[in-house]
Amino acid sequence: MSAPAAYSIEAEHLRRIYHRGPEEIAAVDDISLRIEKGSFTSIVGPSGSGKTTLINVLGCLDNPTSGKLKLEGRVVFENGRGLSEAKLTRVRRDVFGYIFQKFYLVSTLTVLENVVLPFTFFRKPGAGEDVPRVLKLLGIDKRIDHLPGQLSGGEMQRVAIARALVNKPDILLADEPTGNLDTARSEEIGRILQELNVREGLTVILVTHNPRLAALAQRTIELRDGRIHAA
Amino acid sequence: MKKLSVFQVATKSLLRKKARSLLTVLGIAMAAWVLVSLFGFNRGYEASLNKDIDNLGFQMLIVAKGCPYEAATLMLKGGTGLKYMDESIAASVAAEPEVEGVTPMLMQVVFDPNKGESGGLAAFLGVDPASFPKLKSALPFKAGGWFSEPEAAAAVFGYEVAELEQREVGDLYLIPEKEVEVKVVGILERTGTQDDGTIFLPLRTVQKVFGVKELTSIGIKVNKNADMKAFEDKLYKLPDVQVVSLSQVKTTIMTLVSTARVMVFSIALIAILIAMMGVVNTVLMSVMERRQEIGILKSMGALAGDVFKLIWLETVILCAGGGLVGTGLALVTARLTDVLVRNLLPYSPSGGLVAIDAGLVLMTLGVVTAIGLASGVYPSWKAARMRPLDTIRGEVES
Repeated sequence: MSAPAAYSIEAEHLRRIYHRGPEEIAAVDDISLRIEKGSFTSIVGPSGSGKTTLINVLGCLDNPTSGKLKLEGRVVFENGRGLSEAKLTRVRRDVFGYIFQKFYLVSTLTVLENVVLPFTFFRKPGAGEDVPRVLKLLGIDKRIDHLPGQLSGGEMQRVAIARALVNKPDILLADEPTGNLDTARSEEIGRILQELNVREGLTVILVTHNPRLAALAQRTIELRDGRIHAA
Repeated sequence: MKKLSVFQVATKSLLRKKARSLLTVLGIAMAAWVLVSLFGFNRGYEASLNKDIDNLGFQMLIVAKGCPYEAATLMLKGGTGLKYMDESIAASVAAEPEVEGVTPMLMQVVFDPNKGESGGLAAFLGVDPASFPKLKSALPFKAGGWFSEPEAAAAVFGYEVAELEQREVGDLYLIPEKEVEVKVVGILERTGTQDDGTIFLPLRTVQKVFGVKELTSIGIKVNKNADMKAFEDKLYKLPDVQVVSLSQVKTTIMTLVSTARVMVFSIALIAILIAMMGVVNTVLMSVMERRQEIGILKSMGALAGDVFKLIWLETVILCAGGGLVGTGLALVTARLTDVLVRNLLPYSPSGGLVAIDAGLVLMTLGVVTAIGLASGVYPSWKAARMRPLDTIRGEVES
């Protein structure tokens, strides 16, 4: 039996090339990094620096063009060969929880139904028992019967976070989670992410424009033109 | 923590665009309504027509040669022109394997000076009390019933003759020229046939009163599975008789009904195709609008098969819902459809024109569910192959 991996993510010389007509754009250009288990990492950089592309590649929402990617010690991409969409889905549901700028809640489902929606398709053993605690942790346990339209933006994002957490992910990926929120709500979400990292030991990777939010992380990676500028 | 079933997710997804879902359900409901009503009409009309023909009591009539149509003979020559055949023919016809039943009849006509302003012909039909009521079991009585004694001095009046003679059950009637009284024991409802103008008496009574020992006609009811044409040919071999068959009439009408059936199938097919296109369009539109949500479902662990199942189920729910509403509408409006169709047709049988039974309802629900399954394949496949990243970015090609 192999020893558990020390790193949640290990990336070596990752590249993601897009083509716009004859032009070749390296959205992620030769990036190597390691994300320790239980760490809180923020990724910052100007618009077009490749933040979202990087988090999508790290989060198996997209295959890199080249390089090597390991998750929890398991190689998911190497030598230009990626996993099939079905295999990527299985990796995603085993490892990741995602939060996006938009909340993508189903308007006709209640808060609780939105939170447990992932169970309709996949449920990790013992995952359901944790739902009341997650709801309480995120302060939405009193609003479980409300519809998304009856919630504030901050509450909706907390529901989205709860939905990302119910299947007990190893890594929480948050792509501009406060982009639609005011300052107070943004700080509230930032505190929640920090708490999830500290209290729950969850590996958190946060992409943000907000320097105050980025400062909550233990480590900040700054990207420019698809490359790591400072780490 | 209890999970949501795919069915619950599908149902709640459809509720998001209530008006659109409702309109789609109504579109399917209309197709189902048309389907049930048309097939119900087709079945009902055919069944009623068959019943009407069967209610005539017999499909064949044999008469003495030279007397193909009683009515024509009566009009031209009166009672004197009637030709007779031997009573033994009835027994030999009854022995044929194709025959379900025979009834011997003797028609007699006399001049009645009290009929109308200047008198008229009174037609008496002597019938066998044992066989005639059985074959003509559908004849409705306004009052009273059939006589049962072979030589009873009793009569059953057709509707019109009863009206004309102002007779009721229990009244006595004097047969003109013969000075014999018979008691009215039954009065028929209006049938729209020659029975309305006939006075029915027991066969033996007519033979005795008019002094005739033979018959003028024999009604024959043929087995349903018998080859009518072959049997007709066989009857022609009997000496001195002529065969009047209803099989030709029935065949002609049923040919018309079959033609109508082809038209019904065509209309139903068009209705189904239109409904299918509507469903495909609605679900495809819904899939394109929800591509980001589909991306999120995939990011949270839904496999392509799960997404396919979800969208497919939504389509089937729409179609099955429409099917239920449509068949319900068809059941509720069956009577109205009957009245409308009856007013449009130059001839319609007396029974119900729209026959909707459990089999037809189940068949329709099966058809619309199959439409749902077929219509859902393309949108579901389209949704299933979306990549989460493309959908979340909103870059999926439409």
